Amino acid sequence: MKIHEFQAKAILAGYGVPVPRGEVAVTAVEARNAAERLGGPVVVKAQIHAGGRGKAGGVVLASSPGEAETAAERLIGSRLVTHQTGPEGSVVKRILVEERTSVARELYAGIVLDRKAAMPVIMASRAGGMDIEEVAAKHPEKIIKVAVDPATQLQAFHTRQLVFGLELPQPLQSAGVELFRGLYRAFQEKDCSLVEVNPLVITADNRLLALDAKLTFDDNALFRHPDVQALRDLDEESPLEVEASKFGLSYIKLDGTVGCMVNGAGLAMATMDIVKLAGGEPANFLDVGGGASAEQIEHAFRILTSDGSVKAVLINIFGGILRCDRLAEGVIHAVRSLQVTLPIVIRMEGTNVEQGKRMLREAGLNFITADGMQEAAEKAVKASRRSGVHG
Amino acid sequence: MSILVDKKTRLVVQGITGKEGTFHTLACRDYGTAVVAGVTPGKGGKRHEGIPVFDTVREAVAKERANTAMIFVPPAFAADAILEAIDAAVPLVVCITEGIPTLDMVRVARFLGGSGTRLIGPNCPGIISPGKAKVGIMPGHIHKRGKIGVVSRSGTLTYEAVGQLTRLGLGQSTCVGIGGDPVIGTSFVDCLGLFEDDPGTQAILMIGEIGGTAEEEAAAFVKRHVSKPVIGYIAGLTAPPGRRMGHAGAIISGGKGTAAEKITAMRRAGIAIVKSPAGMGAAVMKALRG
Repeated sequence: MKIHEFQAKAILAGYGVPVPRGEVAVTAVEARNAAERLGGPVVVKAQIHAGGRGKAGGVVLASSPGEAETAAERLIGSRLVTHQTGPEGSVVKRILVEERTSVARELYAGIVLDRKAAMPVIMASRAGGMDIEEVAAKHPEKIIKVAVDPATQLQAFHTRQLVFGLELPQPLQSAGVELFRGLYRAFQEKDCSLVEVNPLVITADNRLLALDAKLTFDDNALFRHPDVQALRDLDEESPLEVEASKFGLSYIKLDGTVGCMVNGAGLAMATMDIVKLAGGEPANFLDVGGGASAEQIEHAFRILTSDGSVKAVLINIFGGILRCDRLAEGVIHAVRSLQVTLPIVIRMEGTNVEQGKRMLREAGLNFITADGMQEAAEKAVKASRRSGVHG
Repeated sequence: MSILVDKKTRLVVQGITGKEGTFHTLACRDYGTAVVAGVTPGKGGKRHEGIPVFDTVREAVAKERANTAMIFVPPAFAADAILEAIDAAVPLVVCITEGIPTLDMVRVARFLGGSGTRLIGPNCPGIISPGKAKVGIMPGHIHKRGKIGVVSRSGTLTYEAVGQLTRLGLGQSTCVGIGGDPVIGTSFVDCLGLFEDDPGTQAILMIGEIGGTAEEEAAAFVKRHVSKPVIGYIAGLTAPPGRRMGHAGAIISGGKGTAAEKITAMRRAGIAIVKSPAGMGAAVMKALRG
């Protein structure tokens, strides 16, 4: 789960990480008032989840409350398109008005999981304010990596490696230690998948400051962090994906015309792949999971068919926990109650398959059945091309 | 022959009295697995479907000589269940549960190292040695006894592969679902090693997906240590970057973990790559002939 910069800074501030003074505003007048309260020149920053705001004009310097108001007026309600948002961009609903800081040096600090080592790794670099993946690709030697073993947790020697590796001047070293401890505690206590401060700056008046902050949370752990769940911004997510998540369905909207409904994430990815191999484009990823009830299958169907670009539906179900008779029941009911006119190709295998197939045949609806994934994909792609007029 | 589970398996099911636990315990027993005990804290002393239930794993091991544990405990408590089984020195633990917080698994991974326990999963369908024992949720009837070893990060995609193999008359020695999470107990490398050393396995089918570097590590291992034919399929060539594709571990992060990279690494190691998921069985057949 992602959150906004202002939320990340608030959380990190709670862990003792120094952040600039700032206030969130949802109107231009609020921005003006915030700038007045902060006093002095400010930075007006669009609050959207995606990165790349600066280059897209989403970060504006303002020397007066009046300029802050003007900047906010332009930004709030605008659609910001960055290299990370996709062409549709994100609508800016809030801005962060922050005191402007004079920066002497830009650094990088971040924490991610090292999957291979199965432990968190703290990364720091003197190449701050840049894309860390680019630095990792071109100058890996510029990144200090410290893996933190759960058996020891963060020890003083870890923080020394980071602080000395960054060549922090002596007066800032203990602040540096505290900063890394704060970042690490946030990562652990909030079950993050990413903590990133980029840039971490040394100001002209010799302070360490997290000029930008990004926190991403492990979805699997949200159940134990209601405070983090409360920070979710549904406006930043695709409406269909939000709808799907309400029913515990794993759904990701893509660009194609063949809607896919599959049980199991690996099989769902493979189904998208075979649709492409058959010359079509998948409209989505959708995993109905192992225990999907007829009701859930109906929800899945409804979400799938709400996508206007879907011209045909491919259902690929390999019954393991999920039984084919339940699936057939759900699909028949869904098609009837939603009055779906799209062509539906169904391929089923596994538990109770004959029963399921019989139910589909006897339903009197126009299901196209297929044996095997290849046939299913070909039929679905063909149907998606035919169906331009109806559905 | 087979790896990990067979007629000597004596299974204890943690979370046996829950809905999923009950359903799959019966399915495993019906398949022929010796289910000797269950654990549900607070229900010790009772019998569930004729199986003795204990309050702790230690008791189940002591009283019924369980040597394998299958875990159906909800995500909030599953890591604790795994730790309990490791602490009770259960040699093989299979955790089916999906949704365990990653940092919980980081702690489990630490506790595993140096213990005598092998963990399969979490977020996996389990293990089956057709004709011998089933420790998991896979449909037993699609499997056939034979000589193909199958190792996969997926559940139903594995069943798809098995269905294809069985239809071609290619039975399986053992099928291992290693799970879809970013931190898991047993890797492709571990299973490839076990299959290489198993006289009953003739060829190995590995099914991977986007995210992480497990397939690349497997490729390096195959190049140096595996003499048997290895066939590979990677799901997610069409997956968009930065999105978690169902499995917690299936995410292309910072440009890394793409299907294309994995396929390249595997090809270079001499693994026969299958382009289409509909062709996995045929590819194994071809590799055996070749």
